[in-house]
Amino acid sequence: MVEKMDSLQHDVLVVGGGGAGLRAAIAVARDHPDTSVGVISKVYPMRSHTVSAEGGAAAVISPSDSLDDHAYDTISGSDWLADQDAVEILVENATDEMLQLEHWGCPWSRDPDGHVSVRPFGGMKLERTWYAADKTGFHLLHTLFQTTLKYDAIIRYDEWFVTSLIVADGRCQGVTAIDIRTGEMLSIGAKSVVLCTGGGGRVYPFTTNGSIKTGDGMSLAYRAGVPLKDMEFVQYHPTGLPGTGILITEAARSEGGVLVNNEGRRYLQDYGLGQPLDLKDPDHPRKRTMELGPRDRLSQAFVKEREAGRTFEGADGDYVELDIRHLGEREIDRKIPMVRELAVRYIGIDPVHDPIPVRTVVHYMMGGIDTDTRGATSLPGLFAAGECACVSVNGANRLGSNSLTEILVFGARAAVAAVDHASRVSLPSNQLLESSARSEQSRLEATLLRKNGAGETVSGIRSDLQEALEEGAGIFRDEATLQRTCSTITDLQERYEKLVLTDTSRTFNTELVTALELGAMLDIGEAIAHSALARTESRGSHQRTDHPDRDDAGFLKHSLAYQSEGNPTIGYKDVTITRWPPGERVYGNV
Amino acid sequence: MSDRTVLDVYRYLPDNESEPTFQSYELDYQDNWVVLDALNHIKAEIDSTLSFRWSCRMGVCGSCGMMVNGEPKLTCETFIRDYDTQTITIEPLSHFPVIRDLVINMDDFMEKLPRVSPWLIPDEDKPLEDGEYLQTPAQVAHYKRFSMCINCMLCYSACPVYGLDPSFTGPAVLALAARYNLDSRDDGMKERAAEVSAHEGIWECTYVGECTQVCPKDVDPAGAIQMLKLSYALDWARSVVMPRSSGS
Ligand SMILES: Cc1cc2nc3c(=O)[nH]c(=O)nc-3n(C[C@H](O)[C@H](O)[C@H](O)COP(=O)(O)OP(=O)(O)OC[C@H]3O[C@@H](n4cnc5c(N)ncnc54)[C@H](O)[C@@H]3O)c2cc1C
Ligand code: FES
Repeated sequence: MVEKMDSLQHDVLVVGGGGAGLRAAIAVARDHPDTSVGVISKVYPMRSHTVSAEGGAAAVISPSDSLDDHAYDTISGSDWLADQDAVEILVENATDEMLQLEHWGCPWSRDPDGHVSVRPFGGMKLERTWYAADKTGFHLLHTLFQTTLKYDAIIRYDEWFVTSLIVADGRCQGVTAIDIRTGEMLSIGAKSVVLCTGGGGRVYPFTTNGSIKTGDGMSLAYRAGVPLKDMEFVQYHPTGLPGTGILITEAARSEGGVLVNNEGRRYLQDYGLGQPLDLKDPDHPRKRTMELGPRDRLSQAFVKEREAGRTFEGADGDYVELDIRHLGEREIDRKIPMVRELAVRYIGIDPVHDPIPVRTVVHYMMGGIDTDTRGATSLPGLFAAGECACVSVNGANRLGSNSLTEILVFGARAAVAAVDHASRVSLPSNQLLESSARSEQSRLEATLLRKNGAGETVSGIRSDLQEALEEGAGIFRDEATLQRTCSTITDLQERYEKLVLTDTSRTFNTELVTALELGAMLDIGEAIAHSALARTESRGSHQRTDHPDRDDAGFLKHSLAYQSEGNPTIGYKDVTITRWPPGERVYGNV
Repeated sequence: MSDRTVLDVYRYLPDNESEPTFQSYELDYQDNWVVLDALNHIKAEIDSTLSFRWSCRMGVCGSCGMMVNGEPKLTCETFIRDYDTQTITIEPLSHFPVIRDLVINMDDFMEKLPRVSPWLIPDEDKPLEDGEYLQTPAQVAHYKRFSMCINCMLCYSACPVYGLDPSFTGPAVLALAARYNLDSRDDGMKERAAEVSAHEGIWECTYVGECTQVCPKDVDPAGAIQMLKLSYALDWARSVVMPRSSGS
C-alpha cells in the first residue's frame, strides 16, 4: 500500500485499524483535510477484532429513554469505578455517532416504519442497543473501512507491526515498525500518535478474543512510562461455547433466552438478580433482571453453581444451558442468525431444537492505557482510544454494547486532541527516525533474532502465562493465588529472555510477530496480577475471596501500574464523581 | 475422540527457494478440530516456521482462506472430520501470488476495491440533526446479502475468469458495488458506472457461478453481477431512448 519513502512522516499517526482507529482516521481526514494521517495495523483493517462484535452498540434514541438513565446504568454497572465526566461524554455523543454510521451506510436493523431498531442489553434499563442483526461489529467495521477509502489523505500501512514508540525531548514522535511482508524495520515519524490497538484477552487461555488481541499498545505505552489503569478488571462473558470460546452474544438473552442449570432451574434467581418471569409473560425478559443482569454477576453465579455441583459436565469443561427454543425458528433467524450459525457449525447443536451449552469466557479488558477524556496520556504526543485505553467509562465492569459506542466516541475525540497537539509541534528529524529504527533493529538482533540461546519457545511460555492468569487472576482471586501468579510471571519473564526463534527469514515471519506479541502479553499479565494483588477489596469483576466487600474508603480509586525494575509500582488516583454518589448496585425487580 | 491424519502443506519461501515444495505433517486430531486448529497445532508443537494468516477463528474476519484438497475454504470453518481422504492437502488460495507458504498477496483486491466507490453516496448530505434515513426492513433486505462479504478472497480463487485475466474487477468488489447501488439511501450508481460497467467489470463475467458456490457467507456475487448487468443495461437503454431524463 505504501510507497517507500526515505522517511515516512505524518501529522497524526493512528496505530490500529479497528473501530477506534478507523473512526479516528476519518475524523482527521474529513474535518482537517490539510492534516496528513497514517493508519498502521498489524492486520488488514477489516480483519481487526471489532469485526467479531455481535450484539450491538448503545445510544439513547427512544423518547422514553434519557441520557441520565444511560449514564446511571453505566455507572452502577461499573460498580462506581467509572469516571462520571467520561460517562457523560460517552452518552451525550453516542447517538450522533450511531447516526453518523447510519449516514455512512451501516445496515442497522429497522423497525417496520423504517426507523432503526433497538434491543435491550444486560444492565441497561431500557432498549437502547442499536444492532445490525447479530453482526454489528462486522457491519460497523466494514462501513468504517469502506468510508475511509473515500479519503485519499488516509495513508495505510497494512500488515506493519509496531514494536516501539519513539520518545525524544519528553514527547512521543512516532513509532518503529516492521513491515511484516519484507521484514524491514522502519520508523514512522509523527507529531501525534494515537494508539487504538484493542484489548488483550489472549493473555488468558479461554477467550472470545482473536489471535491479534495481545495487548501490544498497552505494552508500548507501559514501556514508555505511561501507567496502565485498572488492569485488574477483566471481564468474563457468561456465555461462550465450550471448547472454542466462541461468543454467543448477550443478544440471545435480550431476545428472551434463559440460563438453566443441571436441575432445570433458572439459577440466577438465587444470586440477587430478581425473580424469573414466565417465558410467555409479555414483560419477559425484564430489564436489569435475571438474564439481563450485568456480566460480572452472571459469571460469578456460574462459578458458584459449578462449586455446588449444579453445572453439566462436558468434554470441554463444565457448562450451563442457554435456552432460546421458545423464540422459535423465525425470530431466531431474523434477530440472531449468527447464534444459530455458530452453534450448529461449531458444536453441532441447533438452538431451534436444543439448548446451547455455554460457559464463562474471558472477553474484555476494562483496564488499559490511562487517558483523560480527550484521549491524552501523560506522555505529550501520545493519545489512546478504544479497548486499549482506559478513560474510564467501564470502571469495574463494562456493560455489553458500551464498547462499540466507546470506540467511536473516544476514537473521534482522540483524533481532535491529536490534531490539536500536531498543530503546535514540529515533525521529528530524519536523524532521530533513522537512529530509532537502527537501535530497534539492534535490540531485536540482540534478543529475539540472535542465533543461540536456551531454546525456550513462544508457545511454551505463552501457554504457561495463560494458565497462570486463569489460575490466579480468574473470576475469583485471593492473595495466595495472585502471589503465585506474580511469581510465575517473573519466572516467565526470565524464560522470555532465553527465547530463540527457529524462523530466521525476513519474509512474513509470523514467529517473530508472535514473539513480540508475547513480550506485550507478559507486560500486561504482570500489570493485571500486581494490580489485582494490591486491590484488597471486591468490586465488579474483581472479586477477592479474602476481601469480599467493596471498600469505598480505601479503593474508590483507579489503580495505576507503572513499569519498574522488577515488579511494577502500583499507584492510585481518584475516581471522578459528578452527579451519582456511590451507592449499592441493585438488580432484580426494582 | 482423537484420530490420525496427514496434512500435506504447501511450503514456499521466495527468499531462499525457487520452487514451492510440500511438507507432510502427521498428527493426532480431535473430532472438533477445524483445519486451522491443525495448522496452529503444527505451528505451536512441530514447526514454528509454517506461515499463515488467521485471527477471529469464527468465520468473520476473512483471514484464513486456503485451498483445502483443491477447494477454496475458510479453514476456521472447515472440519478435518469431514474429509475421509488419507491426507488433506493445504495450499494457498489459487490465482494469487504467494508471499510465503500459505500467505497470499492480495494487493490487487485492495487496489481494486476503492475504484468502485464502495461507500454511501447519498443524493444530498443530510445533517445529523435530521436523524436517520428511513429504510424499511424490506429495503434493508434488498441489499443486505451483498453487504455480508468478509473479503476472504475465496471467490477470486474460484473464479476462472479472474484466473485467466487478473484485470477482471472480480466477484467481491462487484458485489460491494451492487450492495451500495441497491441501498435506498444511495445515489451513486452513475458514479460507479465507469468502473463497474467497464469491459473488465461486469461484462467480463461469463456467469460460471463458482464464486457464489464457494462463498462461505452466502453473498452470491454471481447474482450481484447479473443484477448489475441488468441495471446498467437498462440505464444505458434509457439514456438512448430518453437521453435527457437519464442524464439528469
Ligand atoms: C466476540 C466479541 C463480541 C463483542 N461484541 C460486542 C458488542 O456486541 N458490543 C460492544 O459494544 N462490544 C462488543 N465487544 C467488544 C468490542 O468489540 C471491542 O472492545 C472493540 O471492538 C475494540 O475495538 P478497538 O478498535 O479498540 O480494537 P480492535 O478492533 O481490536 O483493533 C485493534 C487494531 O490494532 C491493531 N494493532 C494491535 N497491535 C498492533 C501492533 N503492535 N502494531 C500494529 N497494529 C496493531 C490491530 O491490527 C487492529 O487493527 C465484543 C468483543 C468480542 C471479542
Ligand atoms: S480466522 Fe477469521 S475467518 Fe477464519
